[in-house]
Amino acid sequence: MSAVVENNDHHDDHHGPRKGIWRWMTTTNHKDIGTLYLWFSFLAFLVGGAFAMGIRAELFEPGLQLMDPIRYNQLVTMHGLIMIFGGVMPAFVGLANWLIPMQIGAPDMALPRMNNLSFWLLPTAFAILMSTAFMEGGMPGFGWTFYAPLSTNYPNVAFFVFAVHIMGISSIMGSINVIVTIMNMRAPGMTLMQMPLFTWSWLITAYLLIAVMPVLAGAVTMLLMDAYFGTSFFDAAGGGDPVLFQHIFWFFGHPEVYIMILPAFGITSHIISTFSRKPLFGHASMIYAMSSIAILSFVVWAHHMFTVGMPLAAELFFMWATMLIAIPTGVKVFNWCATIFKGSITYETPMLFAIAFVVLFTIGGFSGLMLAITPADFQYHDTYFVVAHFHYVLVPGSVFSIMAAVYFWLPKWTGNMYDEKLGKLHFWLSFIGVNVTFFPQHFVGLAGMPRRYADYALQFAEWNAISSVGAFLFGLSQLLFLYIVLKTIFVGKKATPRVWDGAEGLEWTVDSPAPYHTFETPPKING
Amino acid sequence: MKNKLKLLILYLIPFFASADWLDLNMPVGVTDISKEVFELHMLIFWVVVGIGVVVFGFLFWSMWKYRRSNNKTPAKFYDNHKLEIIWTIVPTVILILMAIPASMTLKKIYDHEAEEGGIDIQVVGWQWKWQYKYLDEYVDEAGNKQLSFFSNLTTPQDQYEFNRVEKGENYLLEVDEPVVVPINTPIRFLITSSDVLHSWYMSDFAVKQDAIPGFINVAKTKINVPGVYRGNCTELCGERHAYMPIVVEAVTREEYDAWLQEKRNIAAELAYLTEKEWTVDELLATGEEIYTLRCAACHQADGAGIAGFYPALAGSDIVINDKARQIEILMEGVRGSQMQSFAEQINEVEMAAVITFTKLSWGNGTEADSELVIPKDIVDYKNREDT
Repeated sequence: MSAVVENNDHHDDHHGPRKGIWRWMTTTNHKDIGTLYLWFSFLAFLVGGAFAMGIRAELFEPGLQLMDPIRYNQLVTMHGLIMIFGGVMPAFVGLANWLIPMQIGAPDMALPRMNNLSFWLLPTAFAILMSTAFMEGGMPGFGWTFYAPLSTNYPNVAFFVFAVHIMGISSIMGSINVIVTIMNMRAPGMTLMQMPLFTWSWLITAYLLIAVMPVLAGAVTMLLMDAYFGTSFFDAAGGGDPVLFQHIFWFFGHPEVYIMILPAFGITSHIISTFSRKPLFGHASMIYAMSSIAILSFVVWAHHMFTVGMPLAAELFFMWATMLIAIPTGVKVFNWCATIFKGSITYETPMLFAIAFVVLFTIGGFSGLMLAITPADFQYHDTYFVVAHFHYVLVPGSVFSIMAAVYFWLPKWTGNMYDEKLGKLHFWLSFIGVNVTFFPQHFVGLAGMPRRYADYALQFAEWNAISSVGAFLFGLSQLLFLYIVLKTIFVGKKATPRVWDGAEGLEWTVDSPAPYHTFETPPKING
Repeated sequence: MKNKLKLLILYLIPFFASADWLDLNMPVGVTDISKEVFELHMLIFWVVVGIGVVVFGFLFWSMWKYRRSNNKTPAKFYDNHKLEIIWTIVPTVILILMAIPASMTLKKIYDHEAEEGGIDIQVVGWQWKWQYKYLDEYVDEAGNKQLSFFSNLTTPQDQYEFNRVEKGENYLLEVDEPVVVPINTPIRFLITSSDVLHSWYMSDFAVKQDAIPGFINVAKTKINVPGVYRGNCTELCGERHAYMPIVVEAVTREEYDAWLQEKRNIAAELAYLTEKEWTVDELLATGEEIYTLRCAACHQADGAGIAGFYPALAGSDIVINDKARQIEILMEGVRGSQMQSFAEQINEVEMAAVITFTKLSWGNGTEADSELVIPKDIVDYKNREDT
């Protein structure tokens, strides 16, 4: 696949961006909106990270030192909500906005005004959610999973419900945009199977989002009705069913966790192939694997609920279905290894993050396989073993892949190279920090420390102290990340259009920085 | 030098032996099922370790061998159908082999049938304590009053909230009344909840079952070794989620029977106490004790409550002026709030005492101007309800 570089200089002067704040408020340009999403997610990452620092500071030793358990529960809840809905998801949407049109040779997203709206709904939603911090009763403290009936009797739950509704609307609009763009605006000659893997991963993610966001909306609406309008969907005293809530929530929740990992698969595939200077091994099987994972994600939700007392048949079904996911996930890992095999590999910062992603995500997958074994899950469930598991797939999983993507495409976005030395320093600090934080949590989990505990028994003290030290190392090294990005933007060395000598794909055929408008005439694809 | 080394080792051995934080693994437990679960856990653990060694070994070797400085020209291949088929089928086979023992153990765990000579104990989760009802045991001659009690955390606030005193050995894992059960006897825990979700987790039995209002979940166990076992609530249930531990005391059959007899004796004594005349000082002393253990977590030691969550009792109109309503609230709870019914949690004497305590504390009133509550008032309330 190759493409013809277009010449669009004559177009830029009278189609440039507006000046000042209005550029960002009114923009319909996919690159501007991508930038907005990415900065928003970075801000959320810092706020959610600060909450995590609060949690780890409280857990540094047994006893209540810094806060009462109400505040602690609020931090746990908001950390989860902010990181998921404000950090990881918007970061992937930002990458989608920047990259999908450039990867498929389209001039912009298909629905640019909706694109603007779907971004600006996000700060609105978070303003509503955060406003509860200033109210009597405070922020939600029922966990990001907001299990009824704890949540139905909680103060300020209506603000949480409306915030989630607005985030959901934003996600659905973003997904519609992605699907319409991919389906209608690919450069002539680009077949679906030829499409770059990041775009593919987002196509699948977008379908997942459209399928499950309405389910989440249903769950929060029922919650709102129970809390304020006297219904009893989840209230046993009124004939309702608290377990129903969990079924609905996890029918959303499990595809949701794949929404947060599929784009990471796409990113990793690009980076590993680029720095191995070798085409990706098993392009088609990668696509099939991602599709299988997406389909399976709809039939495994109750593995989050092995202890609610389901009948044996249901437990067996969900155990087997969950184990099946290991197969397509294994195929992906094997494909990445085979891509590296016999390559000519260099280890720039994006590659380091991508390799760490493969290894640490796989460790998260291993503990996931252990959790699938229902009888053993009766021991693991709701302990720190689970916390270690999902942080391994989300932090050195999703978050590392986002960082890898930023280092990888930053020269394309800004036209400048980042500082390689500082980038590597950032990687090693993050890598050590993440492992020191989360690996000991496997131990305290197996020894029986429950999650969401503000205070704990003495035998867990040492590992918790170590975990807290790691968390502060990881948290603080993200300030270095901010510095590196700012330095790149303002004083980085000029980057070439192709940036990396092994880079393949349409986005590397345009200038660095990418012009405000790209591919106004579609590139030619030689299949 | 050699002696010093010896000394160091001698010093370190007890240190490591006693350092239970070095237990990095799941406990084997004290039931047949818990041993089976442990073996299953170790099996899947070694399976993933094996896969990890092979995959990561290959990855790291390739990363080293094919670094740019060692290999200038990359290969061009990008597909191999045979390989793809192999690495789909091999994991499938491993998973099937893994699923078989897991399914068999699960089937055993799901045997919920009652057995001859077994004991049924209903476990009820409350914010933030556990209630245990022995369904076949009664504490009175007539067989009307079931053996039932609440199990509250006894770790003093000074240890966890203010860190004023050294933490005890069983910090946050100690309760006023442990569940006492005989060993080598099939026990069914019938688990439910009275308010929000809780989860009854006893690692040594490999039992974790959610307590859900409106549902009864069964966990059957048979303990092989006598001892005191400690567990936790594992479903976020609000503020004091970390403060509702579980303690199970597994004893011999004889000790269990003796414990039952003691429970009957205490019940008989209480019946007498309710009839007795109580002085204000006696009521205040008992009341303060009960308040600290049962009420202060929400309404706070100074009676000020927490704005937005728990109403203040200091200066409360109901506490000062409305004796009947206060009794009613304690007996029935307040629907839609976290205020529970205490009718079963504390006895008539304790309830009268704690109400008296709130009426005379924090400037709410003095002995002279307050209408006191005596145990008979509570008995009367209960009887009124009966009619």
